Amino acid sequence: MNALYSLVFVFALVLIPLIGVGAAKLNVFFGICIPSTALLVFVAGFVCKVYGWARRPVPFRIPTTGGQQEPYDPTLFKQNKWDNPSTGPQTFMRMLLEVLCFRSLFRNTSLKLDVKNNVVAYASAKWLWLFAIFFHYSFFIIVARHMRLFLASVPMPIEWLEFGDGIMQIGVPRMYMSDVLILVGLLFLLGRRLADAKIRYISLVNDFFPLFLLLGISLSGIYMRYFAKVDVMAIKELVVSALQFQFKVPAGIDNSFFVHLFLVSVLLAYFPFSKLMHLGGVFLSPTRNLPNDTRMKHHENPWNDKGIMPHSYEHYEDDFREPMYEAGLPLEKLPEGAEEEAKA
Amino acid sequence: MAKFSKKPIELLQSIDYTPPRTDWMSTPNNFADGRWAYPGKPEKIEYLMHEMPGNFANPREWSPGDVDWKLPSNWKEIVHEGFKERLNKYRSLKVFMDVCVRCGACADKCHFFIGSGDPKNMPVLRAELMRSVYRKDFTLAGKILGKLTGARVMEEDVLKEWFLYFYQCTECRRCSLFCPYGIDTAEVTMMARELLHLCGININWIMEPVANCNRTGNHLGIQPHAFKDIVDFMLDDIETITGKRVKCPLNEKGHEVIFITPSGDVFADPGIYTFMGYLMLFDAIGLDFTMSTYASEGGNFGLFTSADMMKKLNAKMYAEANRLGAKWILGGECGHMWRVINQYMDTMNGYLQGPQMRTPVNPITGTVFNNAKQTKMVHIAEFTADLIKHGKLNLDKTRNDYIRATFHDSCNPARAMGMLDEPRYVLKNVCNHFYEMPENTIREQTFCCAGGSGLNTDEIMEIRLRGGLPRGNALRYVQEKHGVNTMACVCAIDRATLIPLADYWAPGVRISGLHEMVANALILDGESERTMNLRQEEFEELFAQEEE
Ligand code: SF4
Ligand code: SF4
Repeated sequence: MNALYSLVFVFALVLIPLIGVGAAKLNVFFGICIPSTALLVFVAGFVCKVYGWARRPVPFRIPTTGGQQEPYDPTLFKQNKWDNPSTGPQTFMRMLLEVLCFRSLFRNTSLKLDVKNNVVAYASAKWLWLFAIFFHYSFFIIVARHMRLFLASVPMPIEWLEFGDGIMQIGVPRMYMSDVLILVGLLFLLGRRLADAKIRYISLVNDFFPLFLLLGISLSGIYMRYFAKVDVMAIKELVVSALQFQFKVPAGIDNSFFVHLFLVSVLLAYFPFSKLMHLGGVFLSPTRNLPNDTRMKHHENPWNDKGIMPHSYEHYEDDFREPMYEAGLPLEKLPEGAEEEAKA
Repeated sequence: MAKFSKKPIELLQSIDYTPPRTDWMSTPNNFADGRWAYPGKPEKIEYLMHEMPGNFANPREWSPGDVDWKLPSNWKEIVHEGFKERLNKYRSLKVFMDVCVRCGACADKCHFFIGSGDPKNMPVLRAELMRSVYRKDFTLAGKILGKLTGARVMEEDVLKEWFLYFYQCTECRRCSLFCPYGIDTAEVTMMARELLHLCGININWIMEPVANCNRTGNHLGIQPHAFKDIVDFMLDDIETITGKRVKCPLNEKGHEVIFITPSGDVFADPGIYTFMGYLMLFDAIGLDFTMSTYASEGGNFGLFTSADMMKKLNAKMYAEANRLGAKWILGGECGHMWRVINQYMDTMNGYLQGPQMRTPVNPITGTVFNNAKQTKMVHIAEFTADLIKHGKLNLDKTRNDYIRATFHDSCNPARAMGMLDEPRYVLKNVCNHFYEMPENTIREQTFCCAGGSGLNTDEIMEIRLRGGLPRGNALRYVQEKHGVNTMACVCAIDRATLIPLADYWAPGVRISGLHEMVANALILDGESERTMNLRQEEFEELFAQEEE
C-alpha cells in the first residue's frame, strides 16, 4: 500500500510540470522560480538540521567497539585500530571507511533457521552493501558530472570523471556507466523492500517515496540524454543566466527537461526533512565518531549534576554500626557504650 | 510464576519470521502472563524517590496484566516533556530518531527477534515504537501528515507497548554494530525506560537491586556483617581445598588497592567459585588489597533506570577508595560494571577521585596501566594476563584437563570496551582444551545471554530462553563438535543467566568464571596437594568421567 501511494504520488509530480510547461507555458516558473526556491530550502534545511544535531551535547562517549581495545600491553595484544579506535586519527580512519566504504553494512549477515537439524546459521550477506554502493557512488558521480552546467570552464577532475564514466564507449551519445548502475541500485533497493517480508513490514511511505522519486529523476534524465537528446547548450544558458539573476528561459528546451528539473527540485526541498538526512547524520553518530578512550582521558559532560552524591558512608555506618561492631569490622565511630564495654 | 514447559524442539518449531498480516501499529499487544516481569514494589519506589528525586514516580500496587495501570493523570505531558528534555540533552537520541533509513540491516541481529520472530523485536521496529511518537510530537511532517509518515499519537496502548518491548531489549548493542549509521537501539531503550520511570512504570527485578545497592552497598541487600560471614565461609572452603587460610581484608584503611566485584560473586553458584579464585590469586601474589562492604557492588543496575541513578551508585567506588586511602581500584568480572566504568565513570564522577589516587601500577610486575590512567580502575583479566606474561604465577594447567572450555564474550566488555583478547589469553594459559564458538557468534558479534539489563528474572523465562537461542545454539555446536563441557565468561549476570540457558539449549555444559579456572590451576605457596577443584568435586571422579 505504502509503495502504491508513493508511486501514484510521483506520477502526479511528473504531471505537474508537463501541464505547467506544456499547456500553461509557465517556463520561467518551472525553469527558475521552483528550482531556486528548492535549492534555498535544501541549503537552509540542511544547515539547520546539522546545526540542530551539532549543538546538542554528547554527554557520554558511547562508541560501539568492533574489535580489540587499545591494550595496556601492545606487545601482547593487538588493537583493532579501525574498529576500536583510541585516538583522533584512528577514529578518522574509522569514519572514512564508514562513509566511503559502508564498512558496517559490509559486515551484514543473514539468518537461517534449520529446525530439522537444530541449527541457527549466519551467512555473509553483502548484497545490500553492494547495491547500496552502486547506488550511492553512481549518484555521486552523476551529481559531479552535472557540475559542468554550473561552471563556465569545466575543471579537470570533472572531465576525467566523465571520461571514466563513459569509457565503455557504447552508443551515441556515449553511455554513462553511472546511469545504468544507479538504476540497478535503485531497482534492487526497491525490489528488496517489496520482496523481503520483514523489510516490507517496516517500510513507510517515507521509504518508498524517495526511491520512486529518484527513479523518476534518473529515468527522465536518461530519456533527455539518450532519446529526446535535449539541447545541452540551451540548458547551460538557462543555468548561467539564472545564476546571474536574469530570469530568461531559452526557447526550444524539451519538456522532459522540465519534468527532470521539477523532480530534482522536489528532491531538494524534501531532503532536509526526511531520512535522506542520513547523509549528514552519518558524520554525527556518537557510536562511530568518538574514540574509545574514556578510561585514559577526561571528557566533560556539560550538564553533569555534581549535586548527585552517593549515599554516604556515614549514613551507611549509622545504619549498621551495631552489627558491624559485633562482626569485628573496622568502624569510624564506635557504638555507644562500646568503649566502656571494652574496658570492663 | 508463569510455567514454562515447551521443549526446545517445540520452541524452535514455533518460531516464524513471517510478519503478521496486520501492520504493526494495529497489531494488538499481548499481555499474557510470562510476557512481562513483575512491577517494582511500592516501598522500593518510595525509597528511591526520596534518595534520587525526579527520577522515579507513582509508587503503587499494580500489574501489567491489568487494564488499568494507575498512571498519573498528566502522564502524556510527563512523557512529552521528558522526551523533549532528553532530545536536547543527548545528541545520540536526536540523531538516532532522525537518520534511520529502515534498511533492516539490524533486523535479524537481535537475539530476541531470532528466538521469537516477533517483528517488534527487530531493533529497527523497537526504536520505531518511540520514533513514531517522536515524529508526531516533534516533526512538522509528522504533525501534518500523521500516519502517512509513520507518526502516531501517544496513547495508553503505546506506552504499554513501550513497556513490553523496551523490557525485551537487553541493551546489548549487537544491532548497533551492524547499523550503517551506528544507531544504538540500546540508547533508545535507555531513554524509553527513563520516560517510563517518570510515570511509575518499572520492574522489580531492577528497582529492588537499585534500592538495595544504594542502602546496603550491593544489589542483594547483604548487610555488612552478613557479607563478612559469607566471605569467612568462602575462606573456610578455600582452606578445605588447599589446606591454606587466605585473607580477605574488609573495610580496612591503608591498603594500596581496593577490589570491587559484583555482589553476584558473593552470593550464588558459580559466582562464589570465581570469588574464591580472586582471593586465592591475591594470596599467591601477596597483593596489598582490601574489599569494602559499603562499596560491595561493581555492577550497576542504575544504568537500567536513569543516568542520574547510575551516577549515584557508581560514585561510591571513588568515595570508598578515598575513605580507605586506596591508590587505585581493581575490578572483578562483571559486564555492565565495565560498561559503566569504561564509558561513563570518569565523565560522571572523575571529580570525586581523591588526591591519593594514582595511575594503576601492577605492584608485582611494575606494569603501568596507562590505558586506565583516568579512571584508575583496572580489569582483573588485564591484571592477571600481566601476571601470567611475567611468569609470576605458578600454574598447573593439567588440573583443568577435565575441562573442555569455550569462552562467551559478554556483551558489555565486548561492545562497549573491546576487551576480547585479555580473557582468552588468561584462559589459554590455565586450560589446555579451548575451542571457539562459530565466528559470527563471538567477539564483537557475540550474542547476549538474554538476561542482561535487569531481565534475569524467572517470570519471563520463556522470553529469556527464546532470546538465548543464538548463544545456546552456538554452544551446542561446540559441545557436539569438540565435546565442550564448560563455558567461561567474565560477567556475573552471565554466570547466573547462562545456567538455565545451557541447561535448556545445551544440557551438560557448565558455566564458569575466568578466575575459577585460574585458581584451579594456581599453585599456592605452602598448599597441600589438591584432590578437588574449587567446587569441591574430586579430581579423580572428574577425570574418570572425562575419560569415559
Ligand atoms: S540498520 Fe540502522 S538504519 Fe538500518 S534499519 Fe536498523 S537502525 Fe535503521
Ligand atoms: S540492544 Fe540488543 S537486545 Fe536491544 S534491540 Fe539491539 S540487539 Fe536487541
